[in-house]
Amino acid sequence: MLVDGMLSGMVYALVAAGLCLIWGVMDIINFAHGEYLMVAMYVSYWLGFLANVDPVLSTVAAGAFVFILGALTYKLIIRYTIGKPGLVALLATFGLAMFLKNVCMNLFSPNFRILSGTWLGDKTLHLGDLIFPVPQLAAGILALIVVGAVYALVNSTRFGWAIQATAMDRDAAELMGINTERIYVLVFGIGGACVGIAGGIMPSYLAVHPEVGSMFGLIAFVCVAMGGFGSIPGAFLAGLLVGVVESLAGFYVAPVFKYIAVFGLYLAVVFLRPKGIFGW
Amino acid sequence: MVNAVQRKAFSGKDAAWLAFLALLVLLPLVPWVTANSFRVHVMILVLLFASMAQAWNIIGGYCGQVSFGHSVFFGIGAYGAGMAVVTYGGAPWPGILIGMIAAAVVGVIISYPCFKLSGHYFAIATFAIVEIFNRAFLVWDWVGGALGLDYPLIDEGLKNLMWQNSKISYYYCVLVIFVLIFGVVRWLEGHRYGYFMRAVREGQETAESLGVNSTAIKLAAMALSAALAAICGAFFVQYNLRVDPPMVMSLDMSMKFVLVTILGGSGTLIGPLLGAAVLIPLQEYTRAFWGGLGGGVDLIIFGLLIILMVVKQPTGMIGIVHDIHNWFVRKNSAAKGDVPNGAP
Amino acid sequence: MALLEVQDVTMKFGALVANDRVSFTVEAGSIVGLIGPNGAGKTTLFNCISGLYKPTGGRILFNGEDVTGLTPYQIARKGAVRTFQVVRPLKDMTVFDNVLVGAFLRCSDKREAFGTAAECIHLCDLEQFQEKPAGELSIGGKKRLEMARALATRPKLLMLDEVMAGLTATEVKASLEVIRRLRESGITMMIVEHVMEGIMPIADKVVVLDGGVKIAEDAPGRIVNDEHVIEAYLGAKYSQRFKTMKESGRIV
Repeated sequence: MLVDGMLSGMVYALVAAGLCLIWGVMDIINFAHGEYLMVAMYVSYWLGFLANVDPVLSTVAAGAFVFILGALTYKLIIRYTIGKPGLVALLATFGLAMFLKNVCMNLFSPNFRILSGTWLGDKTLHLGDLIFPVPQLAAGILALIVVGAVYALVNSTRFGWAIQATAMDRDAAELMGINTERIYVLVFGIGGACVGIAGGIMPSYLAVHPEVGSMFGLIAFVCVAMGGFGSIPGAFLAGLLVGVVESLAGFYVAPVFKYIAVFGLYLAVVFLRPKGIFGW
Repeated sequence: MVNAVQRKAFSGKDAAWLAFLALLVLLPLVPWVTANSFRVHVMILVLLFASMAQAWNIIGGYCGQVSFGHSVFFGIGAYGAGMAVVTYGGAPWPGILIGMIAAAVVGVIISYPCFKLSGHYFAIATFAIVEIFNRAFLVWDWVGGALGLDYPLIDEGLKNLMWQNSKISYYYCVLVIFVLIFGVVRWLEGHRYGYFMRAVREGQETAESLGVNSTAIKLAAMALSAALAAICGAFFVQYNLRVDPPMVMSLDMSMKFVLVTILGGSGTLIGPLLGAAVLIPLQEYTRAFWGGLGGGVDLIIFGLLIILMVVKQPTGMIGIVHDIHNWFVRKNSAAKGDVPNGAP
Repeated sequence: MALLEVQDVTMKFGALVANDRVSFTVEAGSIVGLIGPNGAGKTTLFNCISGLYKPTGGRILFNGEDVTGLTPYQIARKGAVRTFQVVRPLKDMTVFDNVLVGAFLRCSDKREAFGTAAECIHLCDLEQFQEKPAGELSIGGKKRLEMARALATRPKLLMLDEVMAGLTATEVKASLEVIRRLRESGITMMIVEHVMEGIMPIADKVVVLDGGVKIAEDAPGRIVNDEHVIEAYLGAKYSQRFKTMKESGRIV
């Protein structure tokens, strides 16, 4: 139970990390983040269905695809919302989410699609008393690696410092010779890539359909806000918390209470700490 | 002393007000002009969403607290009326009243802690609240759970607020709601509380330094907004004859209210009407023409249009109207040889 | 009984002591200046008095009532209203509406409030900009708006935070006139200033802060002779200039 929760929590954390990066740098909530996940899952699904590429390998392709999607989103839409009230970007990405969801529904029909015969498939790993479902385990490990990589990128590389500078004061960063426009494009791309990688491996254990992203998106928002503005560790911790709470609530109370517990947790946290756990 | 304020003979604001009054005279005549059921249906929806958006406008536009939780109040209003009819087998009116009060109470209780949050934290908290209510209603047997409430056969007429065959009575009903809500907002605009609300929006700390109790103002605005939203929800269930949680208490519904107001021009009187007048026909006609093609082509177009409108003109259609007005003013003063306004 | 009594007010931000046991009084109907070098704690003191900060120690008595730690709107309602050093116009509202918000504190009746607002706008020379959005004014206009808005609340104590900064010499003279007229109408004023020409000639008493501590509280004439004040802030040259102006009768 706890294990399941932590594993799915790590995946939530990965999705949230991408959103956290975007929010921390540009102060924008990407309402289409969940739909990015859905797109990635479709990419992975079709690669698997048509070309027999396993989702494990497709993660790279899906990640790259959503990276480009994110960069395009910035160049075509977000660019025009910088400097305007935050509501503008939120509504614009809401429109984007609607667009993406319905394009996929139109092209691929609303049917649930499941990939069978994947490498990870229905396998489980037994370690002592614990049973690990292999696909979720792989996804969790992958999430851990990617979030760690992003955190290292932001905190330990020159590029990461440039990102932090741009996040703190765009004008000052420009004056110091940082091409903030390029930073914004790359950040949106990286943020997208995070969720793309998550979406890449998911067809190993989840069905793909146009609505799959919505819930993940909402949970990502909650994780990011709970973790605190601009804090990747915060988003990670929040993701784990959400995964565990969801799992426990679903088991001990009733399945439908899963999400009531999750959103209730968010409210409880921010009422006590209005800037999230680690927010600045 | 106040002469400078009154001296303007005929300003843009007066013109807008006249146009609005003209509209108020013309609107009741619509059913005489077209008997086409679909068109009347669209008009009903336009007025309903305009009213709903105007209710949101009070807290979101004038008071500056952008909440995505209003579908909860809409839903409470719908369930209030619905339960009076379905669960208790009576007329909807007591249910409507209870729904209004319940919505206002819920609004105050949940927004009190939320108002301590800022920016995106606040917005996400309102998402969370909608989702909680959505799921809670899905498992709550008293309100019908996931099956919702289905109206049985009841007598027509004002007592039951239901008409079987013609949409025209519904049209006049929603027109009354429209006039009521727009009237309330118009009154609020000129009232000192309206000024306080706008001051809180423009600068909460500044308003407080002038003696404005910002918390009380925000809560009052929320309560009023919620109660009016509940009225709209009650109309909806009487028109639709059916309600279930995803129909009314969804994030999508909340976003619609926000979108309509923002696209029309938030914080203005006519904004919600402009937004609804553009968005709702768009939605209904794209669904009518292309919805049949399946796969949500109408929503694809809708999504694209939202992106376009939000990005190109964030001040909404009111912004477009102002631009046109300013263009005329500049043309006129240039023609008269006036010197443009000097710098202060 | 003084209108405002500041008793041993201390304000700490962690280890930083911004105000260290500051005490002074403001008599009703007087003008008290609050001067000192940058970082002396003047605006922090204002924030403590107006309720934006809750002092870590000490008491503030307004009209005999302990108002320490009350919220800003409660203190404003009691009659102590302040302006902001970094101007805060309510940007999307017109100048008139800005002042009207202030007027509505005391007047529930719209006509009365309109009258008060118009009066304050006239007093602060903002008539021609009445219908403009406040965000479009020049900095001088915005400063006058801060004053007009605070005035409209009919305060007992008006606290002005650097209203002269950024004004031309002529504008300073005009503002001085406004402040003199206000004093005549019975408003008590506490004024933070760096522009000496804007405060020394009119203040009844000057309180000097340096490094969070009060180093002097006296009439302007004696302040300029105070060595601590000269050393910390005024400089010998100004001190001399003030004395000369006083002797030649140009200042009363």
